Amino acid sequence: MKRPSGSISHLATPVRAWAHRFAFLLLVASAFGLMLLGKMDSLLVERARTAVTDAAAPLLDAASRPSDAINGMIESLGEMADLRAANSLLRRENDRLRSWQALALELEAENTALRKLTHAVQDSSLRFVSARVIGDPGGAFARSVLVNAGAREGVVKGQAAITSDGLAGRVAEAGMRAARVLLITDINSRIPVLVGKGRDRAILAGDNSAQPKLLYLAPGIEVKPGDRVITSGRGGAFPRGLPVGVVSQAGEGALRIQPFVDWSHLEYLRLAEFEFSGVFQAPATMNANASTEANTAKKSQGAER
Amino acid sequence: MNLTVWTRLDVVARNLFPFAFTLLLVMGAVIPLRVPDLSPIIPSLGLISIFYWAIYRPGLMPGWAVFLLGLVQDLLSGGPIGIHALVYLLLAAAVGSQRRVLAAGSFTFVWSLFLPAAAVAFFLIWLLYSLNIMAMIDPRSVVFQYLTTVAVYPCLAWLFAQAQRILLR
Repeated sequence: MKRPSGSISHLATPVRAWAHRFAFLLLVASAFGLMLLGKMDSLLVERARTAVTDAAAPLLDAASRPSDAINGMIESLGEMADLRAANSLLRRENDRLRSWQALALELEAENTALRKLTHAVQDSSLRFVSARVIGDPGGAFARSVLVNAGAREGVVKGQAAITSDGLAGRVAEAGMRAARVLLITDINSRIPVLVGKGRDRAILAGDNSAQPKLLYLAPGIEVKPGDRVITSGRGGAFPRGLPVGVVSQAGEGALRIQPFVDWSHLEYLRLAEFEFSGVFQAPATMNANASTEANTAKKSQGAER
Repeated sequence: MNLTVWTRLDVVARNLFPFAFTLLLVMGAVIPLRVPDLSPIIPSLGLISIFYWAIYRPGLMPGWAVFLLGLVQDLLSGGPIGIHALVYLLLAAAVGSQRRVLAAGSFTFVWSLFLPAAAVAFFLIWLLYSLNIMAMIDPRSVVFQYLTTVAVYPCLAWLFAQAQRILLR
């Protein structure tokens, strides 16, 4: 007995193949569309990205804890082996730092006195949010990490992310409970810095390698390996004077710096909330700067953004 | 046909395995391992997974799933979006067109074909990425990531084969 469905399936197969091909083309077209959309409307993409990182944050937060614990254990085992040597080293360093501390206190007092004398504008204070690194996308294309603090904790786009060693990056996107920090080694990272004792201005540009480049240094300025690089705070997006690294390669080729941050031990980051930023300066901020009431300024700034 | 609700749910859950597990791999790749110098050359597990399932269970890894996995990877990586979505789609389509040959081939044969397939995929990602940000990404680091991906393939393929045997029969 011949079933009538035979003729239908005979007809349906090419239709299904056609639909299949059409769906594939549609998906390819949407992928291209997304690429274009990302170029045109970066805000929309940023929102989508923060939504996904926010959704993944609790999972990553939980999953990154065991790996942290294991690493901590391995490290402490290693430290146990040379406890005695480390102890004597630390004692000596402590002595040395004590004399530095005395000098620093003296200089600070002198600095305050001189500032008072010249009626210099006070530097605004910093407020820190500490966050744990819960994600590291890795790969050859970008250098960024995810941290478990977001808008809820007062994290906003543009804040500096530092470790105890120095500057690690800046907040590129802030979701509700997670944020993405673009590291200074990323190919898209550009940070205004000051180089050496002469405090010459330059831009620190990442290129995904471990040692970012120094660009736009005025001609004729001599830079030698070992010169310290600090943030300049120009443009107001960043606090001034955060340690970044030392010049590791100078001469004919590209100027490169070795960042102070230890990338393989990036476990916690402090996100610095700057209470006085030049680019988005609100009138209230300037008034608040004269008085010490910076809190109100922060609030008005937050509302403005 | 007396499939109860539970058996049906069981079948659905089993059939979801390729997609769900790939999603876990894509998200799991973001967990920081804090092994020195590993992060830049971390293997692309999503690529392996999509290659594998496109050969052995294409019905369970349809185009929309591939697209979605690529998109999640794009969004999590923080880079320009659409690149992984597109490259994964093209990879799945290319594998799909040669599926009969690949599915019948031995493990070494499939692995040897994964080498050029992954190379093309990484090249495309590199090209699209560099065009998108208007700067050339250092190709050496991409080559290293390609090598680790190729090296990890046998382990992951073995794992998938076991899962396929147990869950999907």
